[in-house]
Amino acid sequence: MTTDLLIKAQDISIELGGRSVLKDINLELRRSRLVTLIGPNGAGKTTLVRIVLGLLAPDSGKLERADGLRIGYMPQKLFIEPTLPLTVQRFLQLASPSINNLRPVLEEVRISHLLNQQVSKLSGGEMQRVLLARALSREPDLLVLDEPAQGVDVNGQVELYELINSIRDHHHCGVLMVSHDLHLVMAGTDEVICLNQHICCHGKPEHVSADPAYLALFGRREAQTLAVYTHNHNHVHDFKGGIVSDNCCDTDLKSGEHKHG
Amino acid sequence: MADFLVYALIAGVSIAMIAGPLGCFVVWRRMSYFGDTLAHASLLGVAFAILFSIQLQLAIIVCCLVFAGLLLLLERRQILATDTLLGIIAHSTLAFGLLVLSISDRVQIDLSSFLFGDLLTVTRTDLMWIVACCVMCALVLFRFWDQFLAITIHRELAIIEGLPVNRLYSLLVLLMALLIAVAMKIVGVLLITSLLIIPAAAARRFSTTPEQMAAGAAGIGVVAVSAGLAMSYLWDTPAGPSIVVSAFVLFMLAYAKPQRHR
Repeated sequence: MTTDLLIKAQDISIELGGRSVLKDINLELRRSRLVTLIGPNGAGKTTLVRIVLGLLAPDSGKLERADGLRIGYMPQKLFIEPTLPLTVQRFLQLASPSINNLRPVLEEVRISHLLNQQVSKLSGGEMQRVLLARALSREPDLLVLDEPAQGVDVNGQVELYELINSIRDHHHCGVLMVSHDLHLVMAGTDEVICLNQHICCHGKPEHVSADPAYLALFGRREAQTLAVYTHNHNHVHDFKGGIVSDNCCDTDLKSGEHKHG
Repeated sequence: MADFLVYALIAGVSIAMIAGPLGCFVVWRRMSYFGDTLAHASLLGVAFAILFSIQLQLAIIVCCLVFAGLLLLLERRQILATDTLLGIIAHSTLAFGLLVLSISDRVQIDLSSFLFGDLLTVTRTDLMWIVACCVMCALVLFRFWDQFLAITIHRELAIIEGLPVNRLYSLLVLLMALLIAVAMKIVGVLLITSLLIIPAAAARRFSTTPEQMAAGAAGIGVVAVSAGLAMSYLWDTPAGPSIVVSAFVLFMLAYAKPQRHR
């Protein structure tokens, strides 16, 4: 079990600009486990991710990493200077120079057809897949995803999260994911950490969604739609094309509720 | 062809070949003001060289590298916004350089040759300095190209992938300083950044990869230098401004062609 441990954070605290951002955070990331980080804006999610990535050092507490830990990171978004011409292939080759080594990953995230496209011309969903491919091309032990579904339409979101789940199973890497779409990531998530400067509650998704601390943070309505979604999970999946009428999550959830209510 | 023309051509072409790829980074990273500041600071090197009778080219190179280091330090400290900081240093060093030059007893120095370049007076020694520095820049650029590109595209991704981002950035800045120091002879303190930016910007139009843009910029730079020199030889125009004007014309031609939509 201990060999599976990738990152262990103990009592991590950090202040930024004189404000306490994270306090006494404990976190364990293990191989083949998907941990989802949720929390309101300003809860310190990005800060915690940056500490895990080693971009930021905590003021106090201990962060242990497995020896030779390789991290694949998928940033929230990628801005490419318009003056910089860059094809998808060239972008990916920066992390993995041999295009042949890249083939399996390209197949897996289904972007083989995009290789000659300019990165700046990609749609939101294509961009996220390209970023995912770059992270995967390093054969990471730990995959860190910061709001991977940002700027992706609902159909694309469901697909992207399914892809992430299959990657976790396929590559046996640990996954740390920041996501607002708890209703979509529920099924694949092993552990949810609900963060608001400190860890409010954590555990299995169904446990967290019933936790008073979670309800206080996100409100009962949100929590209920979440519960409804868990209940209907398979159903909504089958009909995802039919039920999801537009790209608003609320509509999506309400229509699911309607079917069964 | 006269010796001085051959020297001028070799010097100009060497600089243009390096200024192209390096200029791409200046454009991508929006560092043109940074380049200007280094160029202005190099005039201080001229002043010191004359005050203390040091070898001119060496003094300019050292001065440029020192200021590059200083800028890197100040940038990291983040005391002021970078452009404010650059504005202060660029103009203070220029003013200071002019001041020192004006009070030095050797009144016969030709200030305008430092401000606008004097390619046609390149000596054998100058040429050796220029070619040596250009070869060094080329080697470093070639060796670290992918890394420079990686830190330019996404800094944090590069850190996570294990690149020493700060050291690479410093190296890139030092290369810029070195090139600016030796290019001063060609186009002068006030026009140097144009040699970095204009060919790169013109090449952007035809490129789909960073490497194409770098090669294109080098090529356009070489054409601009040759055309500028020819102009200067035929019509007796000042070489530095002639080169910059040629580069600008090429830039306009590049953008005159309607862009194809994909």
